[in-house]
Amino acid sequence: MTAGTVARQHTAPAHRRAIEGRSPWALGWMRLRRDRVAMFCLGVIVLIVLVAVFAPLTAHLTGHPPNEQYRSTGLTPDGLPRGPSRAFLFGTDDLGRDILVRIAYGARISLLVGVAATALTVVVGVVVGLAAGYLGGAVDTVLTRLIDVVLSVPFLLVAIALVSVTGPSMTVTVLVIGFFSWASMARIVRGQVLSLREREFVEAARSLGAGDARIMFVDVLPNVLAPVIVYTTLLIPVVIVVQATLSFLGLGLAPPTADWGGMLSESQAYYTTAWWFIVFPGAALLVTTLAFNLFGDGVRDAFDPRRDR
Amino acid sequence: MSTADPLLRLDGVRKHFPVRAGTLLSREQGRVYAVDGVDLEVHNGETLGLVGETGCGKSTLARCIARLYDLTAGTVWFDGRDITGLSRREMRPVRRDVQLVFQDPFGSLNPRRRVGSIIADPFAVHQLGTRADRKRRVQELMERVGLNPEHYNRFPAEFSGGQRQRIGVARALALRPKLLICDEPVSALDVSIQAQIINLLVDLQHDFRLTYIFISHDLSVVRHVSDRIAVMYLGRIVESAPTRDLFESTRHPYTRGLLSALQVPDPDAADSRERIILAGDLPSPTDPPSGCRFHTRCPKARADCVRTDPPLTGSPGRHQTACLFPLEIGEDLSLASPQVHDTVIGGAG
Repeated sequence: MTAGTVARQHTAPAHRRAIEGRSPWALGWMRLRRDRVAMFCLGVIVLIVLVAVFAPLTAHLTGHPPNEQYRSTGLTPDGLPRGPSRAFLFGTDDLGRDILVRIAYGARISLLVGVAATALTVVVGVVVGLAAGYLGGAVDTVLTRLIDVVLSVPFLLVAIALVSVTGPSMTVTVLVIGFFSWASMARIVRGQVLSLREREFVEAARSLGAGDARIMFVDVLPNVLAPVIVYTTLLIPVVIVVQATLSFLGLGLAPPTADWGGMLSESQAYYTTAWWFIVFPGAALLVTTLAFNLFGDGVRDAFDPRRDR
Repeated sequence: MSTADPLLRLDGVRKHFPVRAGTLLSREQGRVYAVDGVDLEVHNGETLGLVGETGCGKSTLARCIARLYDLTAGTVWFDGRDITGLSRREMRPVRRDVQLVFQDPFGSLNPRRRVGSIIADPFAVHQLGTRADRKRRVQELMERVGLNPEHYNRFPAEFSGGQRQRIGVARALALRPKLLICDEPVSALDVSIQAQIINLLVDLQHDFRLTYIFISHDLSVVRHVSDRIAVMYLGRIVESAPTRDLFESTRHPYTRGLLSALQVPDPDAADSRERIILAGDLPSPTDPPSGCRFHTRCPKARADCVRTDPPLTGSPGRHQTACLFPLEIGEDLSLASPQVHDTVIGGAG
């Protein structure tokens, strides 16, 4: 009655147009490319990365190794830091070391810790979130309680206690930051997975005979990647600041390693007499986190799932 | 009638969902009796239409057959084998023979994967063929269901609803199943597109010798494709018969009610025929009515209907009805009035 009489229709013959589908990622990248602020920030981030990578070059060009103390040329006769000059573009610190070179080397620490701790957070958070959300039941109950426990532990107290036991090192810093930030990532992922699990394409995969692991990583994971990427880009600056905070409190890296938090801590006593000592490391930290944050905002605008449809 | 073993046989299939309360230590508060004792046979090469109102358990039954749910009770026999208790691993070879086409052409395709990869999923899951084989098979399938094979690199979002449903059909066909369960395959589509998809399914049935279970709440669609129709009400099958029988000699008052709601293309005929408007809503499946589940809405309900749960009588494959007072041929249901309250109050028979 309704069906039989309608003529069969075939799809149009292949037209010679690009058949390659545009992936949601490609579409997001196109949107990101049009975002001027995000692109500018990406440029700044690339610049900071280059500075970090080529930090030895700054040492070579200025002739000042990062931990070399220039007590005669780098300090005033009273033993105070010297301001910016031709020899020391960003001035010197309280021990007569070149602040410019130390900032370049400090960028290595900040980026390395930022990326390593964030990567740790993402891997642990995504795996835990996927398992809790997809497997549900007892697994979910246990993992959710664990997340609650981790989120309720006071971060700084534990960090101080841990560092005082193990001694300061980059590994400890990364582990401490990773340990305290995976939980919120796991929570975000779990929430997404809970709703994805009920979607019909998951049921379709199951009806084909796919196992849990395949469904979790092939079917569910690509659908939580957008919020994960957004959260990740916004997490990097937070981690950088946390790392600087730990160093500022003397819990970061053992001196004389140059890092931004440690430099700010050393500059405290001189903020009235040597503005460059506090301004340049502070500016480095500010510019880096600002660039990551604004870039993260751009990524969120470009990849936000709510803008997909 | 048919002496051959059915491809699929359900014996007393039940699926109850517990309703839990409490977060940490949950207690069972009640049960949703989604499917509550279904016996059914589906024979090789036939199309069984499964109709019923929204919420009557059609989709749950489909998922029980495909073993996406574990049964609460009962047995599912597929191809002469009891598949009820099979583990996931043991189910894998069976899954190649039983496939589903889903209702929602948007939700049933992973939005983050390319169409070629979605249709190739069955091959990947069952580790069949090389990469080149799979691509060739996928393109053949796409061509077969009326899609441009060159579009295999596109994403689901780049297709229309009807095209997406074709993708779902291609995926279900990839492993050459014996039984295809179509769960409302066209109800999310425009009417003009529905016809295309139905024609495609009918063509494919001939070419691939498929057996269909065709689930729909739209009787006109089911009538067009089905050899036999089973009518579900609140988790039970209330009537099942060859399509012509069901339409011409309806026995169950509920079926009659459904049929009278059908659109008739001739306005004069539409005016003159009987209209039975079923009163009220579908009762909650958490607390199904006593006796015959339809008694709360049945125009012919008697006191017995409240007490006695009528079994599905008649031989499988022929006309089966679960009703204590089935309709006679030519009986006008619009003249009937329920006599439940009278008997309860007055005690008269």
